[in-house]
Amino acid sequence: MPELYEELGLTTEEYQRIVETLGREPNKVELGMYSVMWSEHCSYKSSKEQLQKLPTEGPRVLLGPGENAGVVDIGDGMAVVFKMESHNHPSAVEPFQGAATGVGGIVRDIFTMGARPIACLDPLRFGSLDSARTRYLFEGVVAGIASYGNCLGIPTVAGDIYFEEAYEENPLVNVMCLGVMPVERLIKGQASEPGSVGVLIGSGTGRDGIGGVSVLASQEFDENSEQKRPSVQVGDPFTEKLLIEVCLEMLEKDLLLGLQDFGGAGLTCATCETAERGGCGMDVDISKVPLREPGMEPIEIMMSESQERMFAICSEEDLEEVLSVCRKWGVDATPVGVVTEGDMLRLLSGGEVVAEVPASSLARGPEYHRDAEKPDYIDRVTGFDTGTLSPPEDMGKALLELLGSANICSRRWVFEQYDHMVRVNTVVLPGSDAAVLRTKPLEKGIALSCDCNGRYCYLDPYVGAQIAVAESGRNVACTGARPIAVTNCLNFGNPEKPGIFWQFCRCVEGLAEGCRQLATPVVGGNVSFYNESFGEAIYPTPVIGMLGLLEDVGDRVGSAFAAEGDSIVLLGDTGDELGGSEYLKVIHGKVAGRPPVVDWAAEKALVECLTRAASARLLSSAHDLSEGGLAVALAESCLQGGIGASVQMPGGLPPFVAAFSESQARAIVSVSEDNLSALEGIAVEAGVPARVIGTTGGDRLEAGAFSLSLSEMRSTYEEALERMLAGS
Amino acid sequence: MRFGVVIFPGSNCDHDCFYVLGEVLNQDVKYVWHQSTDLSGFDCILLPGGFSYGDYLRTGAVAHFSPVMKSVERFAADGGMVIGICNGFQILLEAGLLPGAMMRNTGLKFICRFVDIRVETTSTPWTCGAYEHQVLRIPIAHNEGNYQVPYQTLEEMKLRGQVVFRYCSPASSVSGEFNPNGATENIAGVCNREGNVLGLMPHPERASEAELGSTDGLVIWRSLLDHCGVEVPTIL
Repeated sequence: MPELYEELGLTTEEYQRIVETLGREPNKVELGMYSVMWSEHCSYKSSKEQLQKLPTEGPRVLLGPGENAGVVDIGDGMAVVFKMESHNHPSAVEPFQGAATGVGGIVRDIFTMGARPIACLDPLRFGSLDSARTRYLFEGVVAGIASYGNCLGIPTVAGDIYFEEAYEENPLVNVMCLGVMPVERLIKGQASEPGSVGVLIGSGTGRDGIGGVSVLASQEFDENSEQKRPSVQVGDPFTEKLLIEVCLEMLEKDLLLGLQDFGGAGLTCATCETAERGGCGMDVDISKVPLREPGMEPIEIMMSESQERMFAICSEEDLEEVLSVCRKWGVDATPVGVVTEGDMLRLLSGGEVVAEVPASSLARGPEYHRDAEKPDYIDRVTGFDTGTLSPPEDMGKALLELLGSANICSRRWVFEQYDHMVRVNTVVLPGSDAAVLRTKPLEKGIALSCDCNGRYCYLDPYVGAQIAVAESGRNVACTGARPIAVTNCLNFGNPEKPGIFWQFCRCVEGLAEGCRQLATPVVGGNVSFYNESFGEAIYPTPVIGMLGLLEDVGDRVGSAFAAEGDSIVLLGDTGDELGGSEYLKVIHGKVAGRPPVVDWAAEKALVECLTRAASARLLSSAHDLSEGGLAVALAESCLQGGIGASVQMPGGLPPFVAAFSESQARAIVSVSEDNLSALEGIAVEAGVPARVIGTTGGDRLEAGAFSLSLSEMRSTYEEALERMLAGS
Repeated sequence: MRFGVVIFPGSNCDHDCFYVLGEVLNQDVKYVWHQSTDLSGFDCILLPGGFSYGDYLRTGAVAHFSPVMKSVERFAADGGMVIGICNGFQILLEAGLLPGAMMRNTGLKFICRFVDIRVETTSTPWTCGAYEHQVLRIPIAHNEGNYQVPYQTLEEMKLRGQVVFRYCSPASSVSGEFNPNGATENIAGVCNREGNVLGLMPHPERASEAELGSTDGLVIWRSLLDHCGVEVPTIL
């Protein structure tokens, strides 16, 4: 059936491999199952080889990549479960539901492991806000995230947002979720005991989302993309909220042997992955699957990506209790499968076998070695010499322009639509470098940050990916937390193109280097390819989700200036590094030059200095330097604290370079007079250059080359996003 | 004092309220499943925030048919203390235990942020420990907080001191500028004639510990404990 396999997104070679595996031609149902499981989205067939390069082990890692989410030991018997995923393609087609179901999917990944989800983060990328379509997508995505996450009662505490023309046709909607649990509650998505029962819990199965992973997520977009809207699922956060409570109650009562969510590839994925992980087979009676509409074909039932469904494995003895917990919460539950000896996934319908394939052959798809070749554009764009830039006529005006630019201005319009306080754990609210959550009844704090500057990655994927790791590490360190582990979402164009695959390889190598340096293993993540429209790819965007740990949440530090008369200390060295900077883009309209250099010794020393100073409770505030450099960081600390500052920019550089350079491994901290020498001592020991550059106080930011009032900066910074959304 | 925190399907501030009442205020607190009808032994019933039944219909419209609500009605009629926070307030409105109705925020967006509210009367059990026009800094988090009530009813409510909280400036001035959701006359919380049933949109449980940025919510809890003759824990 050549037409069908091609339509389903399989290649001729893949089809032949299926025939070889089965020793016969697959029937239509089987072919459908292979097509979704062997899609790029599910099988990682292009990325697997490269992902081997990532460090995945460490003393805290309880479970690395391969399960539904990574699990990290934070001590005192508690574990953190976290992961990031993309929902890019669905969100481009239908922003509200695409983003909403993205939240739903990642949240299921977390409670599937036994953890209560306690925080979500959303890294987003869009085109320029000048475009009406971007504004529509952006507003829809934010509303979708809000509607789903708020209803679940999981605070959305952080994220990052960039607007770049490269994302015009392909917005990125990445979603990260984090949960906590007692270590012993960890449960895997496996079916390892023959005779045990597979129970389908939650929503009915409908015709929505059929082929989402193969048709939507694993192909480029073109003029027909609008027709793909039926492949986007529709979210029901209320049912998901009930599923969270049902699953956690069943785990609390120790009723389950395995638990798996329904994500991409629906029932096919849930059954074959649990069987494969447990080294068993499974008989599934699809005639028992509750359907939303009559007349659904077996292939539709197996490929449907209807949301809010879970697959629980329990013993026959515990089945009645499992069903009773579901009844209590008003959630449908139907035993549909029996775990069997061997390896065979058999689908039955009214006694008739409709499909019979080895579970492992579905779960372990093909792997490809893709060609990689450095694309031509790199030398062209990095050849730009930032030394030729002339200083701005008015530094204050340049700073205001940056503060009012799309990538730097306040995100309040976004995060106030998210309930970021529910669960009463958020002790550092959105707007700082990283969100901090307490972990009552423990004293510990969890710091979370998502980062990736796609522009740096476009100019130099290897350096850009390292900077993403460095910045996220710095962000959590600014709160006083030690970076301990990483999840990621790797967003790229079409991997079948050597130039794109080169970007991917270099980013993975950069990520690997960064994570090794910071000793933050990668415990899970997601790859999203084919973010490409009409042959134009997005910037390579390997988003990092960093987990930091504070042994005592009372040690946390915010980024707002906290008191008048504190000394402001610049940690780290400033070089002439305007390549790929926000200044270069906003003031000169250029994306060019070399991104800042990464110096891991300096980054690690800075992390050491910040965390030690925080645990000695020396710091009034700490703020990472990133886009917009020192000037923007100072302005942000002033605005957040409502306290001005008087500073001298570091010498030896033209003032505008000192102000806007994006040199890495830097932070500004404020300390009281009493604590200054202790901080300086720690900086010396850690090997971090520390210079007092000024003091806090007043209602202006005075920096010699410019002087701006807080009120002027505030109105520019706070109102920019809404102004741009109004299309003015 | 014995508190019951009702869990409706979709409640999501139930754990937060349970934690604050039990761990911060050191009171006896139990969960009450929405299908339960036995409220004997409780001194105060709390309807928490969240999205009961997903709020797919009008907010609170389905939850008020839960079996527990008949009992809450009786409990209130017998003088028991009842507080509804956010979605809990919306459910009390739907149940007719408080006057008025809720519409979508005028900005048509969910809003989560700290706001200032002014204590409009100190003669309720919920505010007897506050001072006149005290400003409390407490977060809101809702999509439907645009409180509406017929003019005549509102006038009567004002005469009887049923308007308990209004959104205001940090310096306690009540004006449209500080109204986050379009609520009539900046109303953030109201009580029934007898004063034993309170509904409010702001979340006092999110402002009951210094670690979370405000302890102003304690003013409400402390008033309640005081009114009920409970010794107020020293930490408050």
